[in-house]
Amino acid sequence: MNNQESILSVKGLGIDFGGLTAVNKFNIEVGKTDIYGLIGPNGAGKTTVFNMLTKVYTPSRGTIIFDSKDTSKMNSIDVNKAGIARTFQNIRLFANQSVLDNVLVGMHNSYTYSAFDAIIRSPKFKREEQANRKKAMELLEIFDLAHSADVPAKSLPYGAQRRLEIARALASSPKLLLLDEPAAGMNPVETEELMNTIRFIRDKFQIAILLIEHDMKLVMGVCEKITVLNFGQVLVTGTPDEVQNNPEVIKAYIGD
Amino acid sequence: MRYLKSMFSSKNRARTISFLMVIVFYAIIQSAIATRSISSLMKGMMVPLCAYVIAALALNLVVGILGDLSLGQAGFMSVGGYFGATVATLALQHVNNELLVLLIAVLAGALIAAVFGVIIGVPILKLQGDYLAIVTLAFGEIVKTIVSNIYLGFDENGLQFAFVNDTTRLSSTGTMIINGPIGLSGNARISTFTIGIVLVLLTLIIIYNLMYSRQGRAVMAVRDNRIAALSVGVDVSKYKLMAFVVSAALAGAAGAFYCMNYSTVSPAKFDFNTSIMILVYVVLGGLGNMNGTIIATAVLLILPEQLREFKDYRMVIYAIILIAMMIITNNQKCRNVLEKIKDGIAKIFRRKKGAADHE
Repeated sequence: MNNQESILSVKGLGIDFGGLTAVNKFNIEVGKTDIYGLIGPNGAGKTTVFNMLTKVYTPSRGTIIFDSKDTSKMNSIDVNKAGIARTFQNIRLFANQSVLDNVLVGMHNSYTYSAFDAIIRSPKFKREEQANRKKAMELLEIFDLAHSADVPAKSLPYGAQRRLEIARALASSPKLLLLDEPAAGMNPVETEELMNTIRFIRDKFQIAILLIEHDMKLVMGVCEKITVLNFGQVLVTGTPDEVQNNPEVIKAYIGD
Repeated sequence: MRYLKSMFSSKNRARTISFLMVIVFYAIIQSAIATRSISSLMKGMMVPLCAYVIAALALNLVVGILGDLSLGQAGFMSVGGYFGATVATLALQHVNNELLVLLIAVLAGALIAAVFGVIIGVPILKLQGDYLAIVTLAFGEIVKTIVSNIYLGFDENGLQFAFVNDTTRLSSTGTMIINGPIGLSGNARISTFTIGIVLVLLTLIIIYNLMYSRQGRAVMAVRDNRIAALSVGVDVSKYKLMAFVVSAALAGAAGAFYCMNYSTVSPAKFDFNTSIMILVYVVLGGLGNMNGTIIATAVLLILPEQLREFKDYRMVIYAIILIAMMIITNNQKCRNVLEKIKDGIAKIFRRKKGAADHE
């Protein structure tokens, strides 16, 4: 995807926790409609990279240029407004709210009505609620969740909760979607469906997707480019074929 | 018919039940008053009941919907009550319409409480759990102490104010509004049960409309998962503050309405015990459950009065009932039984509805 403009460009990103350097000299270039894989052994620092990109953690050094804006000084809220949305390794849904409401919270910043509009149920309130509800239902339709729109999120089965997290992230109309182990805990059939869903999201919404995953079948099947992380540093970056046959990668995963 | 259906849809059911409950309660009490089958003691409790219902509903917004523990609800009632009553006493010099004055007082109470909500809300936004509880507790105590030391009166020369020592020198025609530890004195008693019910309904409209809006969803998202809320661009601090300030404003309105029911109200009325009492209404009614809050407030406020015939054992029985209610609502077996009863009632309704549809 070298012929393509990049949406995310990270250079020399690093973070220290006390004396421990968790991630160092991390570079990545993600194109506008790439499906990009971030892999590595446990504890390599993959989720830490996600947490730095979304400013859950503040990086100790390095620059993050997203959509030609410097996001390294922004807070989590502004990063999301700029166009980065994510899912979490350990599912973080709004457990007590309905499935539909979870997606509507995702749409939070596409609303413009004030609290006063809400209290008096103004025409603006009704118009926006109706429009967003329709959009939210369409999203739920894509993820096969429309039939359970009114049930609390916590009562969904595990796989459906993972799908709902993706739907909620997409609801904030991101340009880059970060998926943290989307296939964790899914059976092979569900993983297969997830691969199709990921491609479908990219094609329909024309966005970039950066994903962390341990399921190599998914990573090799769906990603166009892969970066391997080991001990907080980039080991190698390349296409699935290049990465698969790289002796260093094999060493990192299997050992000498 | 479609309208009726939407009123009882899963989303609106709680709201409809709340309104029906309040209106039916009003109708029962009013007819009891008309037929003189209600004791004057009970009749006198109706205005405070409305005030406490509003304060408890407001507290449920913070404790149940936002998920933060606040122990300063009585403090906000006090601030709103004293300011509202002062405004009312002054307004009554110029305006003859009692209803208008009462509304001005309630509004003034809500406004000043909202200001205090912002003042203490901003610094405590970063606090969670126990720390928030400690700060709000302290706020309530500080308000009580400060108000006990205020002396405020007026005569033809205008307002006179003194702090700690009563140095106000009012002329013979002057009136004290706030008289130190004695508190409000010479209040006009203009609160009525009907206005109270209207205010309760207004509170319900505000809370329910906020709950089912972008703002309410954001507040609940902050409660359920702060990091996830941030990740979709919800301004966590803003919505925490919003819920806190709305709750404070409603408590202030309740305080003003409460104070306008008595000719004297001492600052000690709004102490820590009152805050805890309101919290008990909320917890017993169920966090986030507005109907539960209304019922719990009504039962727990009226119960001690009804238990007067047991004399010394009154509070013992009250405590036993409280504990029993806690056990029943938290015990899984008891819950299952309640669930079955609920299902049974729902079935009867469904059958009726089915029969009605056939006709």
